[in-house]
Amino acid sequence: MKTYIAKRLLGAIPTLIFISMIVFVVIQLPPGDIVTSPLDRMQSQGVELSSEAIQNLRAQYNLDQPLPLQYLSWITNFVTGDMGYSYLFNRPVNELVGERIGYTLLITLSALLFTWAVAIPAGVYSAVRQYSLGDYALTTVMLVGLATPSFLLALIVMYFGYEWFGISIGGLFSPEYRDAPWSLARAGDFLSHLWIPMVVVGLGGTASTMRILRANLLDELNKPYVITARAKGVKPLKLLVKYPLRIAINPFISTIGFLLPTLISGEAIVSIVLNLPTTGPALVQALINQDMYLAGSFLMLLTILTIVGMLISDLLLAWADPRIRYE
Amino acid sequence: MSEVSAQLQARTLSPRQLVWLRFKRHRLAMASGYFLLFIYTVAAFCEFVSPYGTAWRNVQAINAPPMRVRFVDAQGQFHLRPFVYGYDMQVDDETWVREYTENSQKRYPIYFVARGESYQLWNLFAAERHLFTTGEQGYIHLFGTDQLGRDLFSRVLYGARVSLSIGILGVLLTLFLGVLLGGLAGYVGGLLDRAVQRAIEVLQSLPALPLWMALSAALPVSWSSLGVYFGITIILSLLGWPALARQVRGKFLSLREEDFVVSARMLGASKMRVIFKHMLPSFNSHLIATATLAVPGMILGETALSFLGIGLRPPVVSWGVLMQQAQNYQAIVLTPWLLIPGLFVVLTVMAFNLLGDGVRDAVDPYSTGGQS
Repeated sequence: MKTYIAKRLLGAIPTLIFISMIVFVVIQLPPGDIVTSPLDRMQSQGVELSSEAIQNLRAQYNLDQPLPLQYLSWITNFVTGDMGYSYLFNRPVNELVGERIGYTLLITLSALLFTWAVAIPAGVYSAVRQYSLGDYALTTVMLVGLATPSFLLALIVMYFGYEWFGISIGGLFSPEYRDAPWSLARAGDFLSHLWIPMVVVGLGGTASTMRILRANLLDELNKPYVITARAKGVKPLKLLVKYPLRIAINPFISTIGFLLPTLISGEAIVSIVLNLPTTGPALVQALINQDMYLAGSFLMLLTILTIVGMLISDLLLAWADPRIRYE
Repeated sequence: MSEVSAQLQARTLSPRQLVWLRFKRHRLAMASGYFLLFIYTVAAFCEFVSPYGTAWRNVQAINAPPMRVRFVDAQGQFHLRPFVYGYDMQVDDETWVREYTENSQKRYPIYFVARGESYQLWNLFAAERHLFTTGEQGYIHLFGTDQLGRDLFSRVLYGARVSLSIGILGVLLTLFLGVLLGGLAGYVGGLLDRAVQRAIEVLQSLPALPLWMALSAALPVSWSSLGVYFGITIILSLLGWPALARQVRGKFLSLREEDFVVSARMLGASKMRVIFKHMLPSFNSHLIATATLAVPGMILGETALSFLGIGLRPPVVSWGVLMQQAQNYQAIVLTPWLLIPGLFVVLTVMAFNLLGDGVRDAVDPYSTGGQS
């Protein structure tokens, strides 16, 4: 097990390096560089800068150096925990990230839990009562859920939240708690706002997860060992949970791998619609305004989040399934 | 007896006919196929089907709700020719919101295949007949209007042309990239194989939307609408090919040592010829199924990007661009009909998913569905 973990951890490093290069290239793609748009802004305000001052400014950000060197200085700073300065918000990127990444993580993880909390019972029910009315109903709901873009779902939730309950949905805090220090009341207010993005983001992955579990479980249910156990008089529920479900849930763990990118994508767009203080809205703002340090850091962190998640799912799988460990 | 004759008959069917027979048994997939055929035809002829162009404005109806097509008028009289009632507009004293009510005095009969606004079909043929129109004296807004008074029904149809074609175009590009890279990796093996596998792994672990966002934000603002359209298509396929390539690679690995491939190679056929002429045809039905299931991702991607304002940009009309108007809270509550384009997205994506499932089951009767 230890060698397996070590192998996986080491294997993730080249992936991360490769990805950091992709991210760097992507944020370099827009015309101009990070000093262009602040310069434009200054000049539109009537500030005249000498070409020498511009040169100095560019040198300050290593922009006069060739691209590979720029990449190296960017990634060393990133790894050592200095993510640069955001022009858009006029603050260090570290502060912005610190404020926002926690909420992203929280929403993504709670959405993951929600996905499982819905998908596992639904998948088991669908498999055990195959072709029943409930199975068809669940399959239909999931089919529609699979086809609904998460931002549309967020919009619909907003609409019905207003029409039925007369509440305005959006944000993670009520106005009176937005800038208040953490307290029990604020935490309660936060939780009452959290469930909406959790459900909206979570539903995106539910359909596919449920389908996989249903298919896995159906494969297992007709195997001889299940029939033997049933013939021996094992209680149906115990039988289900103790034997076929345990096996059917194994490949299920590996679905975290593809679920996480989906959830993180969903979180980004849902946060924009619902106006949540997470990484998604800031990323879009940064991209539109070519705030390179901010965009690059967010992209990088979201990707790292995904890769770490996949790593954990691989390790979990190895823990649950000895065949993988000894391969 | 009848069973035997059925078996005898089945024996004379070609594999293609068998696939078709199996596919026809999937009612939902068939229905989805017909629906898609219908909506693609409408999108192709959207200039004719829609009563107005995308820029046509009705200043009397700003943010007006959808109209109801009627046969019976306010007096209870039945008319064979359907009609709509025009709007009456009041401004609410307190909220300053425009409110529309139907005015039964303004009755606009609907004429079919009649003269209306002139247009260029496919930018080629000048025409002025529309499938339905109320003519000069009235107006018809089946899905209501937006904040500039533009007809949402017409714009949804024009948007369908862009959104639906991006789906197909993107998948064709994905298919090309996936088959080429997956095929080479599986066929040549060695270093190339490892490089492609690594690339697949990396690209599949990236959260698609943030990366799409970054790439499409990098498209120069100065590009023409057509340039942005192709740019977005390419961006969508850049992250789409790995899944396909992985599948193709697996197939190629197993096919590489088959007799017919070996003999083709022995006869001196080039790599490309072996890949495209000999190996691909043996599993192109699987490719069709995979491609069908990949279309929704493309459509959803375009919609999401345009919705965020970093994909296609007005004056191009796509479903995502249309949804952009429904982004803020007020718009949804006051003008919920602006969400109608979203309904079309859901229906189309659902139809593609069902069709893809049906095709996959038809070409591969042993697949259980669910896992790809």
